[in-house]
Amino acid sequence: MVIGLEHYLTVAGVLFTLGILGIFLNRKNVIVILMCVELMLLAVNINLVAFSVYQGNVTGQVFAMLVLTVAAAEAAIGLAILVVYFRNRGTVEVEDINAMKG
Amino acid sequence: MLLQAIAFYVFAAVCVASGAMVVVSRNPVYSVLFLILAFFNAAALFVLIGAEFIAMILVIVYVGAVAVLFLFVVMMLDINMTRLKEGFLDYLPIGALIGAALLAEILFGLGVLGGTHQGTVSAFTKAGTQMMTVDNTRAIGRVLYTQYFYVFQVAGVVLLVAMIGAIVLTLRRRPGVRRQRISDQLYRPKEESIALVKVPTRGGV
Repeated sequence: MVIGLEHYLTVAGVLFTLGILGIFLNRKNVIVILMCVELMLLAVNINLVAFSVYQGNVTGQVFAMLVLTVAAAEAAIGLAILVVYFRNRGTVEVEDINAMKG
Repeated sequence: MLLQAIAFYVFAAVCVASGAMVVVSRNPVYSVLFLILAFFNAAALFVLIGAEFIAMILVIVYVGAVAVLFLFVVMMLDINMTRLKEGFLDYLPIGALIGAALLAEILFGLGVLGGTHQGTVSAFTKAGTQMMTVDNTRAIGRVLYTQYFYVFQVAGVVLLVAMIGAIVLTLRRRPGVRRQRISDQLYRPKEESIALVKVPTRGGV
């Protein structure tokens, strides 16, 4: 019963699929969509770290740290935009956000 | 080795289950809490695979900063909970179809599901290199501050820009608010703040 690279990649694949599914299903709440994006970035990180460890090359973990940085920045900016939007419109529903539809 | 396999399956199962609960949970606060649980279990998976530094960074950054930020925003916004899940069932068939197709493709690509491509992924694992000679944090530090130094600096700039952007976006100037400006108070000239009045004797002001 050896845990190999495939096991970690499978977990990451399932998590990524769950993130995409959440974006499809939650059409009412932008916050849940942002959380699903975080979940997908976590899956990407699992992939990077698993490949890094099983190849014996530490570069993947450095890159995973950069992905983490970008995820934190994205969460901060996204939530700031969300707060401003809620202050102006009073709702965070996806279907109401159509001011730039043209 | 068996203990490691059991730990892997437990952590992976809890991670995937809490990821699913993030998606289907009715209350956004519960979604955030399940997200924190998923991050903790992913960190445990990283510890299990031997990437301790990334695991600790994941706990500190995600659970300590990002998830708490989400929690603040969820509790700060007054969201109408009853309307939030309308239409969840409308999108469920097409969403489940696309999700199942994507998952099947990923698993086929890994060779986990089909079984015909066995060893495709295993070709990426170098035998014997799984145990690194130095510990994980030292190995990362050796390349992070030398080979990837500029990348590290760019990451810092990204965080700085994100911080300034978040502050600029949420800063609200309110007109008509009386607030104390100490420099103006200190620089008031004598002429406009003191009036000398000649008071006649026994006359009053």
